[in-house]
Amino acid sequence: MRTSTRRSRRLMTLTVVATLTTGLLAGCADDSGDGSSNSGGGNGGGSGGGGKTALTIGTFGVFGYKQAGLYDEYMKLHPDVSIKENVTTKTDVYWPKTITRLQAGSGVDDIQAIEIGNVAEAVQTQADKFVDLGKEVDKSQWLDWKNAQATTKDGKQIGLGTDIGPMAICYRKDLFKKAGLETDRTKLAAQWAGDWSKFVGVGKDYMKKAPSGTKFVDSASSVYNAALGGGSERYYDKDGNVIWDKSKGVKDAWDAAMQVATSNMSAKLKQFDKPWDQGFSNATFATVACPAWMIGYIQEKSGESGKGNWDVAAAPTAANWGGAFLGVPTAGKHQKEAIALAKWLTAPEQQAKVFAKQASFPSAPSAYATLKPQAATVEYFSNAPITEIYAASAKTIPVQYFGVKDQPIGTAITDVGIIQVEQKGKSPEQGWDAAKNEIKDVLGQ
Amino acid sequence: MTSSKQALAHPAPSAETAPGDQPGAVRGAQGRGKPPTGPGSWRSRLYRWDMKASPYAFITPFFLVFGAFGLVPLLYTGWYSLHSVQLSSLDNQTWVGLENYKNLWSSDFFWNALKNTFTIGLISTVPQLLLALGIAHLLNYKLRGSTLWRVVMLTPYATSVAAATLVFTLLYSWDGGMINWLLHFVGVDPINWRESDWGGQFAVSSIVIWRWTGYNALIYLAAMQAIPSDLYESAALDGANRWQQFRHVTIPMLRPTILFTVVVSTIGATQLFGEPLLFGGSKGGSEHQYQTLGLYMYDQGWIIGNLGKASAIAWSMFLILLIVAAVNMLINRRLRKSQ
Repeated sequence: MRTSTRRSRRLMTLTVVATLTTGLLAGCADDSGDGSSNSGGGNGGGSGGGGKTALTIGTFGVFGYKQAGLYDEYMKLHPDVSIKENVTTKTDVYWPKTITRLQAGSGVDDIQAIEIGNVAEAVQTQADKFVDLGKEVDKSQWLDWKNAQATTKDGKQIGLGTDIGPMAICYRKDLFKKAGLETDRTKLAAQWAGDWSKFVGVGKDYMKKAPSGTKFVDSASSVYNAALGGGSERYYDKDGNVIWDKSKGVKDAWDAAMQVATSNMSAKLKQFDKPWDQGFSNATFATVACPAWMIGYIQEKSGESGKGNWDVAAAPTAANWGGAFLGVPTAGKHQKEAIALAKWLTAPEQQAKVFAKQASFPSAPSAYATLKPQAATVEYFSNAPITEIYAASAKTIPVQYFGVKDQPIGTAITDVGIIQVEQKGKSPEQGWDAAKNEIKDVLGQ
Repeated sequence: MTSSKQALAHPAPSAETAPGDQPGAVRGAQGRGKPPTGPGSWRSRLYRWDMKASPYAFITPFFLVFGAFGLVPLLYTGWYSLHSVQLSSLDNQTWVGLENYKNLWSSDFFWNALKNTFTIGLISTVPQLLLALGIAHLLNYKLRGSTLWRVVMLTPYATSVAAATLVFTLLYSWDGGMINWLLHFVGVDPINWRESDWGGQFAVSSIVIWRWTGYNALIYLAAMQAIPSDLYESAALDGANRWQQFRHVTIPMLRPTILFTVVVSTIGATQLFGEPLLFGGSKGGSEHQYQTLGLYMYDQGWIIGNLGKASAIAWSMFLILLIVAAVNMLINRRLRKSQ
């Protein structure tokens, strides 16, 4: 009796240990498979590497390729290829990881996405780690400035443009109505056209009769980013010198954000945070600066309750916020196939398909003609003609130069400078000084 | 590898033979100083060699792994800290000597992070250990379903930092968070936890406390159960009540355990990273209110890309931990003497 329990106990321990060990080993296998030779999951039913090329693509956030069915379509067209997407949600996690892998020359995906805030760094410091894609394509398909952002001084293009972020304002029609404001998208756009301070003016009207528990805008940072994308200067001039504290674009955007931050019309949320997501689903703010890629995000976070309540109006000024590129690292194992896939994914026809599904706006003007007037998301946004609205904005976006530390400088201004004013009640001067200190630290001065 | 195989193969036969079959040979070799001859003495020599070498063979794997993944990176980080290195161009290093350390010395952000690490460490560790002690004491009573309670105690510890922090972020949310909602019933105005100075530190500490209290409580409980019950019986005979028993029997008997948890918690607090990062980003709040040293290092190295400076922070943290360990040791020694 006694021995039997002891034996069974030992058996139990052994089983547990064995399970744990296999679990660990499986975990390891999963990990190492990531970068190298994992065939594309369910598709193809594990044909055991019988001549199939397994391509991996590293992305951040939602690129919409999977949602639009592009991977499946490509694999159908090319039965010898399988595709696996490695998604990292946040850019600030994705990019350092990618950059270290690029330099180590191992662990990179066959295709790596590059965010617009990082592309200058990639062009200036990682150009030799990427294939020159400019030679592979007809460059005239893309917007010139989009190509230029991914091109080195000696003409090497390290990435192909995916989407861009033309600006609009997404607003809750139901809340506007309760606050006694105009709800028609064209009339509204006319009210704030040309100047962000007019937008702030509408906000002041909103706050006079605001439905309880709601604010006009999600955050001052969102207004800052939207306005900044419309200026001709950001943090660097075109020769790569830091000019952030002299830049007119930064000053105008800062002033607009300060008007919001000091007038109690902001829900004081931090973008891309959980409470921000919650704000969408609880409808605690009435507007949000809305680059094309935000459309898909709003739909996901607002959920069923937001359907038909959201609408889209033109932004005060044409602006660009966000967008990305696809690059092919030279350390990848299947360069030829990767180039072909990157070309295909970024071709105008595919960009149009992603727009139809996810509303990410094409960086290839030749796709504009083929854009469906009714994207899948349009019904959700009260049938707003988003194709028209974004195309109009895209046409007049100013050309902007990005710099090596564009992203950390931006974070310093929004997450330190603006939040101190918006959430801690500091004066705009104090906020500006705090941002200045922070940026000094960023630039190592 | 080969030596460990030998070590594995031999102890059994030599252990059997040495005392049993040829006791004379073994004792003779040691006792009378006669040079050992024959197979028996060869065996005994092997046995002695085995006794000496196999422990080293057994611990070698750890030290090899430690060398590869602990020591080498540590030294390499030290090397980096003397250079100006950007994350985006690791090959491009320029020697700057102690410049990075000088920078830190004159950087407000560094001192601020050091101060925060200390205060957050204090307001998370002290209540955590006191709570753990109390809970362990309660669990030490005879309870129905005691195993269940103990498992429940461990649940927060088993939860991932990310999941726990996300939930807490929502609870502490400025607008619509449950804690502000509860405060509102007591008539307190909503607090912007993430941006207020002490509120942020308190919130981060509460996540730490929530996660680690049960873990420490179980350690205390284990130690409590090792206390002989006759001590309590004699204390009870002397007329000591529960509280007096706790103070005069339990606490003194737990002293080594308490010291252990203090050391471990201090090290944990110095390296605090995940909770504040997920709670308020790599800046630790807009005024760096709860940016700990670990977070400052991450911000410098991975967000800003200044690896040289980040390495200097890493080494400073290492040195600080050494100092903390030394102080702990001194206190420990002092306490033992006073006993």
